[in-house]
This record gives sequence, C-alpha cells and structure tokens, in this order.
Amino acid sequence: MTGTGPLRWAPGLTLCLLAVPVAAGLIGTLVPAFAQDAAGFRALLDWPGLPRAVALSVGTGLGATLISLVITLLLVASLWGSRVFAVIQQLLAPLLAVPHAAAALGLAFLIAPSGWLARLVSPWATGWTQPPDLLILNDPLGLSLLLGLVSKEVPFLFLMALAALPQTDMARRLNVAQSLGAGRTASFAIAVFPSLYRQLRLPLYAVLAYSMTAVDMAIILGPTRPTSLSAQVVIWMADPNLTGRSTAAAGAVLQLVLVLGALALWAGAERLGKPVLTRIAFAGPRAHGLDPAARLLAIIAGLLCAGALILGLAGLALWSFAGLWQFPDAVPANLTLATWTRAAPDLVLTGGVTLGIAALATLMSLALVLACLEAEHRFALTPGAGAIWVLYLPLLVPQVAFLPGLQLAALRSGAEGTVLAVVAAHLIFVLPYVFLSLAPAWRAWDGRIAVAGLALGATPDRVFWRLRLPMLLRPVLTATAVGLAVSIGQYLPTLLIGGGRIETLTTEAVALSSGGNRRLIGAYALLQMVLPALGFALALLLPALVFRNRRGMAVSG
Amino acid sequence: MLRRHFLLASALAALTASGHMAWAQDAWDQTLAEAKGQTVYWHAWGGDPKINDFIAWVGEQAMARHGVAIEHVKLASTADAVSRVLAEREAGTTSGGAVDLIWINGENFAAMKAEGLLFGPFAESLPNWPLVDVAGKPAVVTDFTLPTEGYESPWAMAQLVFEYDSARLPEPPRSLAALRDWIIAHPGRFTYPQPPDYLGTTFLKQVAYGTLADPSVMQKPLDEATYQATVAPMWDWLDAVTPALWRGGKAYPANEPALGQLLADAEVDIGLAFNPGRASAEIAAGTLADTTRTFTLEGGTIGNASFVAIPFNAAHKAGAQVVANLLLDPEVQARAQDPNVLGFQTVLNLSSLDDTARARFDALDLGIATLSPDQLGPVLLEPHASWMVRLSQDWIERYGVAQ
Repeated sequence: MTGTGPLRWAPGLTLCLLAVPVAAGLIGTLVPAFAQDAAGFRALLDWPGLPRAVALSVGTGLGATLISLVITLLLVASLWGSRVFAVIQQLLAPLLAVPHAAAALGLAFLIAPSGWLARLVSPWATGWTQPPDLLILNDPLGLSLLLGLVSKEVPFLFLMALAALPQTDMARRLNVAQSLGAGRTASFAIAVFPSLYRQLRLPLYAVLAYSMTAVDMAIILGPTRPTSLSAQVVIWMADPNLTGRSTAAAGAVLQLVLVLGALALWAGAERLGKPVLTRIAFAGPRAHGLDPAARLLAIIAGLLCAGALILGLAGLALWSFAGLWQFPDAVPANLTLATWTRAAPDLVLTGGVTLGIAALATLMSLALVLACLEAEHRFALTPGAGAIWVLYLPLLVPQVAFLPGLQLAALRSGAEGTVLAVVAAHLIFVLPYVFLSLAPAWRAWDGRIAVAGLALGATPDRVFWRLRLPMLLRPVLTATAVGLAVSIGQYLPTLLIGGGRIETLTTEAVALSSGGNRRLIGAYALLQMVLPALGFALALLLPALVFRNRRGMAVSG
Repeated sequence: MLRRHFLLASALAALTASGHMAWAQDAWDQTLAEAKGQTVYWHAWGGDPKINDFIAWVGEQAMARHGVAIEHVKLASTADAVSRVLAEREAGTTSGGAVDLIWINGENFAAMKAEGLLFGPFAESLPNWPLVDVAGKPAVVTDFTLPTEGYESPWAMAQLVFEYDSARLPEPPRSLAALRDWIIAHPGRFTYPQPPDYLGTTFLKQVAYGTLADPSVMQKPLDEATYQATVAPMWDWLDAVTPALWRGGKAYPANEPALGQLLADAEVDIGLAFNPGRASAEIAAGTLADTTRTFTLEGGTIGNASFVAIPFNAAHKAGAQVVANLLLDPEVQARAQDPNVLGFQTVLNLSSLDDTARARFDALDLGIATLSPDQLGPVLLEPHASWMVRLSQDWIERYGVAQ
C-alpha cells in the first residue's frame, strides 16, 4: 500500500488541470476587455449587429437545448426496450463520432437550394431546372444552425441518458406505473423522468453552453447578417486594427454573461417545472392516447436527426469523388479520384498530425481518469458536487471566453504554436468526456471480484492490472474512442493555441468551407469522420478478438 | 522618405556601376547563404486549392534552387496573420516570430506599415526587381494609393472581371446602368460577396467608380464633410438592385470561391472574380461549364497587385527574401499566368525579359474564357484605403444587419 502515494493526488491534480487553464484564460480575457477605459465595450455597443447577434445566441442555444432534450426523452420514453431502440444504440457511436464541422458541412450540402435534396427531386417533381431562390442556409433566424445543433446534440444527450438509465430502475418503475393503469408516456414522465433528469442536468447545461457559443457550426450554417455573437468574436480577434482584440474581449465577456444568464434561466425553469410535475403526478393522468403520437414523433425525430447526419455525410463522400456535377443532376456526371489524388499528400500529413494530437491527448486523459477512478475506489472517495462541476467547467464556460486569454498566456510563455501546447489545450476538453464515458462502467464493476483477488494475496496494483482493467477493456476502449473523437473535432483550441501553425483536419475543413470547393471539403470532412469511426470500430473489435476464448467476456446482444 | 531616397540615390551614384553590382551581389550571396536550411512560414489565404498547389510548387522550387523550405500556413483571412504579429508584439516577441512571409495588400498592408510591423525596405534590392514593370503597372509600387516604399514585393496582378455562362446568358450587360436594369429584370440571379470580404468591397468600389459624379476624389483620403453627399449615388444604385439580388439580399456568399460555386450551381447567372483567368482555370479543372465566359465594364474595372511582406519580427527573414525574389522569377511568373495553374497576371515587363523567358509567356494558351490584355480594357486604380474601410463599414450598417 506504500506505493499508492501518488495515486491519492490524482483527483486533485486532474481537477487543477481543468480548472487552472479555464480560470487563467478567463482572467486573460477579462483584462483586455476592461483596459483603456473599457474601449472594447464601447466598440461592442456601437456594433449595429449586437442586438440581433445576442438574440441569435440566446435563441439558438435555448431552442437547440430544449428540442434536443424533448427528442431524447421521447426516444427513451416510447422506444426503450424495442427493436428500434437497439438500432439507435448501434448507430449512436458513429453518429457521436462525427465532428461538428463535418456534420455542419454535410447538412449544408444537403439542404441548400442547390443541395442534394433539391437535386434528388428536381426537375421531375419540382419543375426546378435552376436552383430555387430560397433562403435556407444561413437564414436570418438561424433555423439551419438550430437543425445542425440538434442533430449533433441528440446523440450526446441520448448517450448520457443511456448511462443514467441503470440508476433510474426504469424497467420496474414503468412496470409499477403501467400496472396502475397509466399510459407509457405518462408512466415515464411521472415515474422515471424525475430521477433521469437529475442525472441529465449537467450534460444539458453543457449542451446549452455549447449551443449558444458554437463557432464552427455557426460559421458554416448560421446567419451572416450578422453572425452569432461567438462567431463575431472570432472575426474581431482576426481584425487587423488594434481595437479589434479589445472588442473581441468585450464580446467574449458578454458571451459569458449570456451563458450564465441562460443557465440561470434554465435552472429557474427547472424550479417552476417541479411543482407542475408533482401536481400532474397527483392528478394521476393515464393519457393512453398520447402513446401512439409520442411513438410516431420519436421515430420521426430520430429519423430526421440520424438522416440529416447520414445523408449529409454520404453527400460529402459523393462530392469528394465528383467530376462535373451540375444542377439538377442527382448524381455527378462522372466520378473521379482527382480530388483525392491531388489532396493525398496534404491529407496524409494533416491526418497524421490530427491523429497524433488526438492520441496523445486521449492517452494522457485516460491515464488521469483511470488514476482518479482507481483512487476513488481504493481510498473510498466520493466526488463532491464541486468536483463534478469542475469536471464540467470546460464544457460550461464558452470557449471564446477563455481561449483568447489562454492564447495570450501561451504566447508569453513561448508555448504557443507547439504541438504539445495544442495537446494540452485538447486535454482540457477531452478529459471530461473520457471521464463521463468511463466512470459509470468503472463504478459498476463488481467490487467482490477485487475482494476475492486481494483475499488470494494479490496486491491492489495486481488487481487493477490483471483483473479490473482487462475486465473493463470494452468501456476503456470506448472511452478512448470518445476521447479521440472529441480531440479530432476541436476547432477553436487548435486554431488559437496552435497559432495557425498546427493544422488538423478540422481547422482545414473549416478554412476550406469559406472557399466553397465542395470536392475538397468533402474529402477533408470525410476523413475527419472516418478517423473517429475507426476508433469506435476498434473499440468494438478488439475486445472480441482479445476475449475470443473467454466465454464470460463474450460480447452479448 | 523622399529625402532618404535622394540620399540613397546619390550615395549609389557615387559608387561605380560595377562596384555597386558587386556589392549587391555580395549582399545577396550572404542572404542566400543565411537562407539555406531555413523554413519560411508563409501565411497566405488557403481557401483555394489551385493557389495552395501553386504555393506547394513554389516550395519545391525554393528547396531545389536555394535549399529553402516553405510551410504554407493556410489562413481563412489575411487579417489573421496581421493580428498574430500584433499579438506577438504585445507579448514582447520582437524576434523569432511565427510569421515569415504574408500574402498581403490594401488595408492589411496599410495597417502593418502604420504600426511599424514590417521589415524593410527590401523589395527594391531583390535581384529580380529590375524585371518588374514599374512604369507600365504602377500598381506594383502603389498599394491602394499608399506607396509601398519597398516594404512589400509584388507577385501577381489582378483585375476585376465578371463571369457568366454564355449558354444561359448570350449577351451580358456591359455597363453599370445596364447591369442594374438586368438585375431588376432578372430577380435572384446576381449577388456579390458580403463585405468586408475583399471581392465584395471591390465590387462596391466598382459601383462607386460608375456612379460618383467625380470618382477621382477616391484617390485622396475621404473627406468627412462631403462624404455622405459624394457617395449618395452609389447607395441609390445598391438600394435599387438589393431587393432583386440572390435571396433578395437577405444572405450573401462569403467570398470569391463561394460565389464561383453559386455560378457553377446555376444559382446565379453572373459572377465576379478578381482574377481574369479564374474562369478558364475552373473550366480546365472541370468545375465550371465550358460555356463560361468573362467580360469587363465599359470604362474599365478596378485592378491591383498582390504582394508579399515580411514582419519585423520574422524568424527567417533571409529565407523570406529568397522566396520573395523567387516569386519574381520569369519561370515562376509564367507558371502563375498559366490558366491551368492559376491564371494570375504577371507583374513583369515582358519586353525586359530575355528570349527564353519571354518564350515561356508566348507559349501560354490563356484559355477559352480569358480576355486578352487589350480586351480587358483600362485598369482603374484602387481608391485610398480609407474609402474601402468606410464603404464596407457603411455597407454593414445598411445591408449587413437584418432589419
């Protein structure tokens, strides 16, 4: 037991690694915002687009969060236990792995007036020989952005719900409620929802903060007159005038205040909703009529989300092999490898850098998370509410609010633009996801196995290496794949901390998206999606291979 | 500045011609020696694969000829590089900076020069400088009315042209008035990139050239007292066409390639490019229909030069100068002018070249959609940078925020 000293410090160290950069970055952003008589704030208030950009940020953020939550709950409430539910579970990992930028680009190709959907039904059904003059992409209300956000956030919330379900005792509660005569939807709402929601709360807050401040998705799908506030902050940061940076800092502070305000609003709504739900429960509605509608709605919404992602990515793939592809042809006139052969050297290099950064950040995160969880087990620690909040901190504080400050700190220390600095920045975002993905399975492991091992004379280290880790190989590999996917999808941290010198598939894809070359964008986005998908495939295949002669470890279901 | 040039000129005149040549050669040899083995981080807009390929090719040449490697840092906007240098100075990085070379002109150059963020003057002492057509193309030393004074070196000429598909539009409108009538008669079939995008702002200036009572006022810094009255006719023109623009003027393409994609998708019938050879190059690449053609307006269109500049704190100044000089090499210039490669106009004076160098240009097939130099018509000078900034600011206030 003497060798366990360092392990005891793991949780504290991990929390510091998350909290310190966020706090330092926030300070680094706050100072320039208030410098020179708050000139940045005055420039911000003078910007004619401000009211609309604020409304967009709040509107798309709250809208996307609410819609994603409703869809997730509908899916769980009406499809749980069905065959469709199993299909959705299978689709979840690949959908979750799609980086936001690739999803947005795929969606853009799909729904544009000259996009794939319009091509598929033209001219035979619509009579369109030219693309219709419809404002779908970059619409002023941000509806395309909303759709893109929802299609990416539903898989995340769904995964979080899946992780939380075992602790809600859903099957028995549904049984009891239904045997008392309530319909399925009503049973879920009254008996399961309250305990499920308690565990979905922080992930929901993260979704809200992300949806309000997404930069890459807003650049690709969002309105342009004006853009959302966070996208405008990034534009200001690139302004050649000196004033741009302080305006950007002021905008970042406002964005932070907006996110805090929206979170408070959401928490307030929770408070108001609680007595309402209690009253409904006491009224004892059966609402059998609701069930078919809820089921239909769940299937439609699920199909829309998955379909938007899958069709969009298929469109991207097709564009990367397309020769001349004029409207309204449903498929390209000819297929060619020209895009891929020309881009191959760049793709290989950029893909390698992307993967290297992702692998380093993920391995470091995994080591820290495993150390934390093992420390939790050995020293019987229970993470307090504060620790959980710190874990969520990088997901709750808007990236545009603390990354500029962090960039300045990196510049001063000379670390900016190095691969290691980018890895460290990615770690801040990868670690929480790895933890969230691994912790439930790790904690659910039967502790009696460890007791048996210890009783047979094994050291705690031996129990960890020979029993616990191999038995939990599957969740560990899944967490690794989640970590890789999160790192591969990072845009702003790579751009700012990498100083433009570290190029990943994501920064390249977003830079290219401004250029409108669909073939090349298709190639980058496809690769951006394939890399994490490979990670998930490995997470499925490896355990099956390793445990091929261990019947007890066979992949069930 | 004039005084310094005068002193320099008299000092040079005092030297014997051969002595001067030998001295310059020595200095350049030293630069070459210093550059060998350096990696030049060239920050250049990365939204166009053709340009990216060209820069990669220049990198191969630099490595083969001078042992200099080029790392293309692909930017979404040139301003990214400017703000990077600015951030470095704020952080006290006065040497060993991340940016060695920037593809630059206009307001970014003006901002960097005014802030003292540039290394130089260096351009006019490059060995290939005598080949540059200073007399015939004054834009190579005057960047948006600001004298470059050797703080940036030109590498390509550009001129605004309109692109259209002759299969859909047999006879395009060739004056600003005709364009206005055509847009109103064909709603939803024309747009321009959203200012402050470069091409979008250039289009605004082109409209100003065609509508202002006296366009020559734009060669001077704008005068606040008369500005509103002066530009009123330009806003009238835009107010008239905006409801008939693509998407009713409620959205705009982001930049030149995005607009080019709209033309390729037949979402619009007339596009714009700041590169007379773009359409031919896109046809050659198989992304535009081969019935695409280009035209310019009666009275001429705006033209300018693209430059490269070196930040004051660049880590590899010698390598950066070697690349700037390489970009003026006739072989490199001829390749840039090849419509299958870039289709950029050369900055060199063709009559100053030797026969082999000249033959490279004569052998070029400019491409099916590219106008010959005499068909291109007059090149209008860029207005003073203050106009560009103000026009795009006012545009944002008028049209850039949904009402």
